[in-house]
Amino acid sequence: MAVAPQPDILKAPLVVEFPFTRSLGPVQAAFLSGLRHRTVLGVRTTDDRVLVPPVEYDPVTAAEIRDLVEVGDTGTVTTWAWNPAPRRGQPLDTPFAWVLVKLDGADTALLHALDATGPDAVHSGLRVRVRWAAERTGAITDIACFEPDDSTPEQIRPAPHTGEFEDGVTGIVAAARLDYTYSPGGAQSRYINALADNRTVGERCPSCRKVYVPPRGACPTCGVATTEQVEVGPAGTVTTYCIVNVKAKNLDIELPYVYAHIALDGADLALHGRIGGIPYDQVRMGLRVEPVWTEGGRYPDHYRPTGEPDADYDTYKELI
Amino acid sequence: MTNKEPVAIVGIGQTHHVAARRDVSIAGLVREAAQRALTDAELTWADIDAVVIGKAPDFFEGVMMPELYLADALGAVGKPMLRVHTAGSVGGSTALVAANLVAGRVHGTVLTLAFEKQSESNAMWGLSLPIPFQQPLLAGAGGFFAPHVRAYMRRTGAPDTVGSLVAYKDRRNALKNPYAHLHEHDVTLEKVQASPMLWDPIRYSETCPSSDGACAMILTDRAGAARSPKPPAWMLGGAMRSEPTLFAGKDFVSPQAGKDCAADVYRQAGIADPRREIDAVEMYVPFSWYEPMWLENLGFADEGGGWKLTESGVTELDGDLPVNMSGGVLSTNPIGASGMIRFAEAALQVRGQAGEHQVDGARKVLGHAYGGGSQFFSMWLVGAEPPTR
Repeated sequence: MAVAPQPDILKAPLVVEFPFTRSLGPVQAAFLSGLRHRTVLGVRTTDDRVLVPPVEYDPVTAAEIRDLVEVGDTGTVTTWAWNPAPRRGQPLDTPFAWVLVKLDGADTALLHALDATGPDAVHSGLRVRVRWAAERTGAITDIACFEPDDSTPEQIRPAPHTGEFEDGVTGIVAAARLDYTYSPGGAQSRYINALADNRTVGERCPSCRKVYVPPRGACPTCGVATTEQVEVGPAGTVTTYCIVNVKAKNLDIELPYVYAHIALDGADLALHGRIGGIPYDQVRMGLRVEPVWTEGGRYPDHYRPTGEPDADYDTYKELI
Repeated sequence: MTNKEPVAIVGIGQTHHVAARRDVSIAGLVREAAQRALTDAELTWADIDAVVIGKAPDFFEGVMMPELYLADALGAVGKPMLRVHTAGSVGGSTALVAANLVAGRVHGTVLTLAFEKQSESNAMWGLSLPIPFQQPLLAGAGGFFAPHVRAYMRRTGAPDTVGSLVAYKDRRNALKNPYAHLHEHDVTLEKVQASPMLWDPIRYSETCPSSDGACAMILTDRAGAARSPKPPAWMLGGAMRSEPTLFAGKDFVSPQAGKDCAADVYRQAGIADPRREIDAVEMYVPFSWYEPMWLENLGFADEGGGWKLTESGVTELDGDLPVNMSGGVLSTNPIGASGMIRFAEAALQVRGQAGEHQVDGARKVLGHAYGGGSQFFSMWLVGAEPPTR
């Protein structure tokens, strides 16, 4: 019995990034189309308030609201926070204030950035004006930021607006990105490090005696830590599989290929791998296979037939 | 004797599910379903005490806090609103969380809703994140489930024609459902059988589409049901079960959690023989072979008997145990909403409101959803009569 050593825990960056598309619907479409034309729109609620940015449904009554109005591009800071260290993707790359700005004619405040020389230059009640972006696409970034302004507040009743613009936008692309530091944890680090020596090492549950490959540090059935390391394989049995005819993104495998569940000898559940060295249409349940390692590869490149007779169904049916 | 408040379904609304609803925001989409449910129940926003919402995993469409974003669209201001999250089964478990709020007399009338705009999502790649140190091998859910289908065929001796029969049936049922996404008027069994293999043994026509859609229901107590202008559906039993994605001894073909979940529902509803006592089933079948697999898992057939029910026509719309009268997930799949659409279809059937795909005399109908790696299950049995237990 080998007690699992404490490994160096692996870590690596994981970036999850998708360009989500968004259909805007009638109200947001009008708002963003307006920004493209240096026009800020709000929406009038059932109780006669003007919301900027506009929403589709009344926050008090839940009624559908569509009465768009045009508000000013000057306004008053209602509250703020200084941002001394701007991060990637923020409106300005020099220190700035996050501000809530109540535009003239609006009853609610819009969140944006204020270009100011320092926190001493910002206060609630500060008058500000929109700085329009030179290139405008129909996005909130068409407002580059706000800047201090010496205008006086206007007591205006905003005029109705049709919400119709030339070159109106109906959708946006919202890039979402999450930066993680990923760690597979101790058990998987041990597993991955052993793979570097072309060995597959699982861990046995002290209670049910099942051998987990890959190990995850605990038995999900018994809820106890797995501490005993067990080398399994190298050969195993194809328990089931499919033939993949769909190209995967960032995955350079020639189609078709066989994606198989492989129960390595000594393991109590199957791991997943690609089968090679045999025509795809000759792969079968029960096929005996062994790993094929490539120089520097973290995982077997694929598994190939050992040439042994197929395993009897009864010997692996509990592992499917 | 239980002390639970009986739960009635008095309003059902869904969008006309399509590939892309570019005319509405997500707020506009959910609003449409919710408004239809309110209209069906002849209620207003003021009649709703709480809102329970469900959606697909966050990476699918990048909406991390739907309860925050959609509160005003769903009239939730000043009311409790919460979000439920159980992968593909979420539509079912969302309805059950809402039902439990009524059953526990926390709230009298609850709006429950689930949605997804797959056209604005990245579902396939959201399932295939580039996790460091792992070996990327797969494209999407089909490759995950196809080996389990093969295992089912091996275990039960099912002929390889059964999957096509299910797809052909569900696509024809969808022709009778104006809300279904796919309306393949020229569908034939030959066309299904001739469609390309994507993840052998799963053919293209045996997979679900990507849809935009939302589904909403109004659940209420006895007093609310008494005021309902239309006949309510009554919840006779409801349960959820979970298990890990992978563990030694996991049976992917017929997961224990699914069996246990069904058994709990039947116990609550006093069902001893589901095959005889339940009139129809709306189950979560994203790949056609899951119909025979779930028929066995849910106790409608013994092991190996599921495909025989399908093959003999029992699960056809005019069969003895119709399955997926709406056209099923195979015809409509806004993932986050798909479970709730199953639950709603069961309720529509016992209310006699299913239109052209109505099963004559449907009195007890099971709604079923599953999700993750066959690891989350949610089900309810609804009836035309109030519970007697």
